[in-house]
Amino acid sequence: MSVITYREALGRALDEEMARDGRVFLMGEEVGEYDGAYKVSKGLLAKYGPDRVRDTPIAELGFTGAGVGAAIAGLRPVVEWMTHNFALLAMDQVINEAAKMRYMSGGQLSVPIVFRGPNGPAEYLASQHSQSFASFWAHVPGLKVLAPSTPADAYGLLKSAIRDDDPVVFLESEMMYGWKGEVSDQEFLVPFGKAAVARPGRDLTIISFSKPARAALEAADALAGRGIEAEVLDLRSIRPLDEAALYESVRRTGRCVVVDESWPFASVGSHVAYLVSRECFDRLDAPVALVSGEDVPMPYNHALELAAQPLAAKIEAAALRALYREV
Amino acid sequence: MDDSLLALLESMQLIRAFEEKAGMMYGLRKIGGFCHLYTGQEAVAVGAVSVLDLGRDYVLTGYRDHGHALALGMDPGAIMAELFGKATGVSRGKGGSMHLFDPAKRMLGGNGIVGAQIPVATGVALAQAYRGDGGVTLCFFGDGAFHQGALHESLNLAKVWSLPIVYVVENNQWGMGTNWKRVSSEEDFTLTVAGYGMKGLSCDGMDLASVRGALREAVDRARTAREPCLVEARTYRYKGHSMSDPQKYRSRDDVEEYRKRDPIDALKGRMTDSGELTEARWAEIAARVDAKVEAAVAFAEASPEPASGELYTDVYSSPRAAG
Repeated sequence: MSVITYREALGRALDEEMARDGRVFLMGEEVGEYDGAYKVSKGLLAKYGPDRVRDTPIAELGFTGAGVGAAIAGLRPVVEWMTHNFALLAMDQVINEAAKMRYMSGGQLSVPIVFRGPNGPAEYLASQHSQSFASFWAHVPGLKVLAPSTPADAYGLLKSAIRDDDPVVFLESEMMYGWKGEVSDQEFLVPFGKAAVARPGRDLTIISFSKPARAALEAADALAGRGIEAEVLDLRSIRPLDEAALYESVRRTGRCVVVDESWPFASVGSHVAYLVSRECFDRLDAPVALVSGEDVPMPYNHALELAAQPLAAKIEAAALRALYREV
Repeated sequence: MDDSLLALLESMQLIRAFEEKAGMMYGLRKIGGFCHLYTGQEAVAVGAVSVLDLGRDYVLTGYRDHGHALALGMDPGAIMAELFGKATGVSRGKGGSMHLFDPAKRMLGGNGIVGAQIPVATGVALAQAYRGDGGVTLCFFGDGAFHQGALHESLNLAKVWSLPIVYVVENNQWGMGTNWKRVSSEEDFTLTVAGYGMKGLSCDGMDLASVRGALREAVDRARTAREPCLVEARTYRYKGHSMSDPQKYRSRDDVEEYRKRDPIDALKGRMTDSGELTEARWAEIAARVDAKVEAAVAFAEASPEPASGELYTDVYSSPRAAG
């Protein structure tokens, strides 16, 4: 067992999968000579050379589409976007091509590709660089969407994603790259569609994914100080979604707070809240709450940008309301 | 590929007859939605495919894809069945007219978003270069796609990565109802690609020999020197953009002018003059083609609809993967 960063965990997964399978290669902005915009691919160019660690021009539509083409022709590309904000330029290739090829061809084509990069707000990056697009991808049948929040899950899920025969969108975050956690030195995979119990509890269920999963744990700590035991579920995988784990927990606790850093309208969080409300209706002791990003473009000012995010205090307050306790 | 001229003439005639029949079937509502016919452009698909090595090369195209599919030797019955939306269609009835796929015949689609196949084709060529398998990718699109960013990003990638790809712009002069000259800052597309340091070749898309000459040079260059190329084939579509196009943007005379240069008639005339083709031989070819097209329709008619359970198949690689 080693304590490594989320960034190192992703790099280790890439390295191992590239060593294991010659069809796997990395392409994207600054992945090679620069050693990665966020250093995820550090050292890989030196080890694998420029054909397998391929720097691209800043042309997201073109190189994302080239990844799709390489995938249908038998390779296993990992396409790194400097951020998901720039991936908007490539959405046609992800949604109209990668997600549809298998279906439109009557099952003749496979698109084994991973699209990855940081998603969601970081700090001081203002409106165009601080958006969470989880629901944009999760909306689309044909795509799989992963959002790990720990180094171990980042490692195990990226390895699974690279080995998968379907297109996978992988959500990381600038803030998480430096987060540390224990990762086994032995190779392991994390399967898709399995939520993790990040903290067990009996009084209410807090459901989250990606960066806000840590805020959910902070809120659970604060609640514990009030004698409230919150169970924290980390989805890890958004599509496929581990519905059974969510319903089992909420049926047991009777209360649920969903946390998602994207905007509230038609988000992954709002969809999960709807599913839990529908499937656990008879067992709920309070309405399912959604703690989301505020419904505004992200401001630059630090106090305002913090106010726009679902931080621990907001989650704690939502939990107390779900328990009909004084906030 | 049998590249004897007679076989190529027959392939062009098959496309012509198939498309005429598809138009009729559309009128009878056997085919629905968007249906873009290739009539008039036959020399481009047939000429281009004739210079490929179908053991290792690939073709991608846009939504006007029946001609390319037939030129590659895909089964006319399975194509017609796809247009009919039947379970026996090449894409099992889930793709339709715009999405014909058959990797075994080197056909990787059939794309409905204007120009979206261009980055994908560039990636297929990237895979060929990565493996060093000597394959070349042929990417077809129309003049309407020429101004998509997807093309310009792809030209740049192909050049900086030295990819074995040939971009074939079938300039049929109408992007739906918009004449290409109205929307092109530079009318000579070979000059545009020269800005990417890329060789551009022009050919007469109504003339099989001209198409073959340009494509042979381009494919050789891509295969042996890993030099991507663009070929502009000036051509003309006789029918509307799709079946629902009333064609108010051009006169009947314009179409008739091009019909005088019909690629099939021209080749027939030349081969008759040279003694390679006789009336009797042509009658035999035309009858064989008509029989194939009739058989394709009969096959499509007799084929079953997809089972309702097919709705949820092939969304993911395994059924349990769904969200």
